[in-house]
Amino acid sequence: MSDPEKDEATGTETTGHEWDGIKELDTPLPRWWLWTFYATIIWGVLYTIAYPAWPMISTATTGVLGYSSRGELAQTIANHEAALTGVNTQLANASFDDIASNPDLNQYAQAGGASVFRTYCSQCHGAGAAGLPGYPNLVDDDWLWGGTRDDIAMTIRHGIRWDDDEDTRFSQMPAFGDDGVLTSEEIEAVASHVRAFSGLSQDNAEGAQIYADNCASCHGESGEGDREQGAPNLADAIWLYGGDQASVVSTITHARHGVMPAWGNRLSDAQIKQLAMYVHGLGGGE
Amino acid sequence: MCTDWEEENKSTGGNNQQGAPVTFAGAPDNDGESTATRMSVSNETDPPALYAARKEVFPKAVSGPFRRLKWALMAVMLAIYYVTPWVRWDRGAHLPDQAVLVDLANRRFFFFWIEIWPQEFYYVAGLLIMAGIGLFLFTSVLGRVWCGYACPQTVWVDLYQHVERWIDGDRNNQFRLLKRKWDADKLMRRALKWSIFLLIALATGGAWVFYFADAPTLLSDLISGQAPLVAYSTVAILTATTFVLGGFMREQVCIYMCPWPRIQAAMLDENSLTVTYKDWRGEPRGKHRKSAAAANLGDCIDCNACVAVCPTGVDIRNGQQIGCITCALCIDACDDIMAKIGKPRGLIDYCSLADEKLERAGNTPVPVLKRIIRPRTILYTALWAAIGVAMVVSLFLRDTIDLTVRQSRNPVFVVMSDGSIRNSYEVNIQNRNPEPNPFRLSATVPDGVHLRLTAQDTDPTAVLIPADSARKLRVFLTSAGERLTGRIPVTLWIENLFTRERSPYTTHFQGPDE
Repeated sequence: MSDPEKDEATGTETTGHEWDGIKELDTPLPRWWLWTFYATIIWGVLYTIAYPAWPMISTATTGVLGYSSRGELAQTIANHEAALTGVNTQLANASFDDIASNPDLNQYAQAGGASVFRTYCSQCHGAGAAGLPGYPNLVDDDWLWGGTRDDIAMTIRHGIRWDDDEDTRFSQMPAFGDDGVLTSEEIEAVASHVRAFSGLSQDNAEGAQIYADNCASCHGESGEGDREQGAPNLADAIWLYGGDQASVVSTITHARHGVMPAWGNRLSDAQIKQLAMYVHGLGGGE
Repeated sequence: MCTDWEEENKSTGGNNQQGAPVTFAGAPDNDGESTATRMSVSNETDPPALYAARKEVFPKAVSGPFRRLKWALMAVMLAIYYVTPWVRWDRGAHLPDQAVLVDLANRRFFFFWIEIWPQEFYYVAGLLIMAGIGLFLFTSVLGRVWCGYACPQTVWVDLYQHVERWIDGDRNNQFRLLKRKWDADKLMRRALKWSIFLLIALATGGAWVFYFADAPTLLSDLISGQAPLVAYSTVAILTATTFVLGGFMREQVCIYMCPWPRIQAAMLDENSLTVTYKDWRGEPRGKHRKSAAAANLGDCIDCNACVAVCPTGVDIRNGQQIGCITCALCIDACDDIMAKIGKPRGLIDYCSLADEKLERAGNTPVPVLKRIIRPRTILYTALWAAIGVAMVVSLFLRDTIDLTVRQSRNPVFVVMSDGSIRNSYEVNIQNRNPEPNPFRLSATVPDGVHLRLTAQDTDPTAVLIPADSARKLRVFLTSAGERLTGRIPVTLWIENLFTRERSPYTTHFQGPDE
């Protein structure tokens, strides 16, 4: 260590430190750098006054400009929705036929419907709308409550067996086994009869009689179902809960009361229209 | 200092773990005398400065064939730049009528009768490759000819220097004005000059945006304040860069900023024609033509005319250098002087290194055409032409319709209530015709397979696709009540019902495995 001294070659003072004979020049910072540095300090002070900055115990200083990133996001969403108000109003007021015959509106409805579907529907019905056992396949042409766009919109709006909605629809198949209406042998027989509609098993007279007595009033004499009551078609190739003997027996014994929420108070009219257009367009629409 | 270091080195040397004396690269050895010498030298003469201030360049006006050529080229190039966006080209009711239009919003590029879609960007890549090979060709023939004649920096600096001479007078007046105090006259001249600079810059930056939108509409929008912000900001940025780069930075752009001179220098060879001062003819240079010593002097009378006219301020007599953009104005200047003193022209002239060797040895140079036509340039020309021909051919062969099909995978197939199997496809139909055209969709399947084709909300036998656009469509293939299994090859077709053009896409119909 030695005192600062003046370097002869440059005329600049050294720092006074020396390491193995190497001394460091104490060259002053360039002036532009220094002024930039001062400017950043002033900027920093002004910034912390203007914007949220200093952490407090449970919150932070809010800044005099009242800015928050969350507020900015809300504003962005509001702006976006405001920009779409026109087309959404048009959509909400248009009939489904009008939407279908207007390529631009239809394209908007399809794209929006796909987005709404992914957000609210795909959890049960699957991302491709192919459903799962118990959750109807929306791509095929089998509909419990009807497959026109109006039917689909109705189902979306009010749900199925959704008690909170006054207009929701119920189909109450009795639990024939659990309620003691039929014995397990009788259930086996009627299950075979039901499966025979679509050629999956041998028919039997006992099952046919039980069917006529207990089932035909809702499901129809030849298993064609009744959409008014939400009674499934038993004669087609589609089984919501499985078409093998054990699954059908289980359905008759315990009954299945699938539930779909009503979306009328969660989605806007425009969104429900978009969704109905989208689901209808997946291929099964009537 | 040195002594201190030695002593300290000695004193710490004993504690050194390796037991070896510590030495540093560049540190003085135990030779006090040489260090003292070095220090006294550095005290007397300051170390060379790492920064050199710019020397003002005020090129003198010059006339001659190369100057006239540059005038003509400048006129042609500025005309192309300013006029192109205003040329109209009728493409019918559904397409823009601007001959050259980069329509970023709709992702189309229009060039007279050619229209490029984004997926055809390889045409632009091909043009860039042609531009690259073209530059290789011109550079191997004529050196930095791009820098000297065609580079926008050169053209705009040339324009600005003309304005400067018009306002401030020629070279000497400009130097005088630079050194003069800021009086009213200088202030006036500077204000006028910079205003004109700014106007030219504004016209430059302003013209650029017309390539990206309908020019007449955009002009009225720009004037009435209705144009989009991006148009104004683009004009502002390009105005600023033109004003600064052309008005003030000038040759510094070429010398310090531009990578091109460095790259180009690597592409010259001994046959390339560059602007050369023929020192074997000019040296020794000298002014006193009538003295007895004049007998030994070369043709150069050291009049500095070549330096005075140089727009980048170099002395060509120092040989090829990074600052020389080969604008050839020194050739005009020197030829003028040579004519006055009764010597043959061409003391400064286009000359190749190979010819320089020949001329130095007193031989006649090879004819220019032989320098130009040689295997390298023939190869470049052939490559350039081959790419160009290939692009033109493919332009004429390309379809005006296109079909792409994506088979839906979620779910792969659907069982319908009657037991038939259905597949769904996302079909994209492109109609590049300038009118809306009806298209018919059809499918060809192997013998014995029956599939019904339907489309979402549309009749697949008459799908109307708007002019110059693409449309997505969901299309279904359904078996006729039977349970088709496995993978069946299917070809989907579109047919333009107006032009009868057809386009296929091969895909599959997928049924359950068993």
